[in-house]
Amino acid sequence: MTTASVMRFAILQFPASNCDQDCVHALRVLGSQAKLVWHKDTSLGEVDAVIVPGGFSYGDALRCGAIARFSPVMQAVSRFADNGGLVLGICNGFQILCEAGLLPGALIRNRDLRFHCEQVFLKTANFETPFTSEVRRDGVPIRIPIAHGEGCYFADAPTLDRLQAQRQILWQYCDASGAVTEAANPNGSVLNIAGIANERFNVAGLMPHPDRAVEGILGTEDGRGILNSMILALESRRASAVAVA
Amino acid sequence: MKAKLVITPKKAVLDPQGKTVANALEHMGYAGVTGVRVGKYIEIDLAPGTSATEAHKALNEAALRFLSNPVIEDYRLEIVE
Repeated sequence: MTTASVMRFAILQFPASNCDQDCVHALRVLGSQAKLVWHKDTSLGEVDAVIVPGGFSYGDALRCGAIARFSPVMQAVSRFADNGGLVLGICNGFQILCEAGLLPGALIRNRDLRFHCEQVFLKTANFETPFTSEVRRDGVPIRIPIAHGEGCYFADAPTLDRLQAQRQILWQYCDASGAVTEAANPNGSVLNIAGIANERFNVAGLMPHPDRAVEGILGTEDGRGILNSMILALESRRASAVAVA
Repeated sequence: MKAKLVITPKKAVLDPQGKTVANALEHMGYAGVTGVRVGKYIEIDLAPGTSATEAHKALNEAALRFLSNPVIEDYRLEIVE
């Protein structure tokens, strides 16, 4: 019973991924199973969810995520997502999911051309998703670290209209009071977008690192809400599958 | 035989590098510069005797799928002997 209720995460590993072990650690801290899946693997194995971790896959050659998206494992991730599986891309993982067309838009050089490594505040813009249901709803923004040079989210006007109309914007950079301001935008992202979901809400990506924010010793535990949302969504999926069976 | 691919950021996309270079040119005294876009240049060697038409078709597809990102970039492809 206990093992049956533990959720199994696949963490992808590309050459120059560097947050793969952080993700494994964070998920184990939260009581889930996590295994690494190599970029050349053509199958994910028996897993409940996939995390595409941060790093500099393939040395960011050509564009961030451009090479990784054609790796064998990403074909498996596309199939997994098409079947409704939960996929979260963090930082470079977000860039890879955009390059793969699993999420709309693209991530370009930070507006000030600098690499930003700091804690930011995030406003959660939609709580009714498998990635946000467990995030605090008391109006206090969550605090999560970022570490990127190419995190400026861009999408054309029709895409932004669609993202807003369908509430696909999940997180926006804000100040400590929760106000979405230009000054709180670390990289120039349109509409202060820090993270989005696809139309089905089973694929999401964000530049900030929830995987680096699950233990108080690192300064913030606010990443727990995001990862716990996925775990809870998987648990309720499994419960309803059992009920149907 | 070569393919030359010039990739530039789309007009609507922020190009902070281009802006910085434009500012530097201005500070250096180069008058009359009204804008700079910084992009990429990719040169691809092709086997001798390759059909230029076929190469253009194939690389056009590669440019759209992989070599450029149509969300943020435009490209210009040229096949030269």
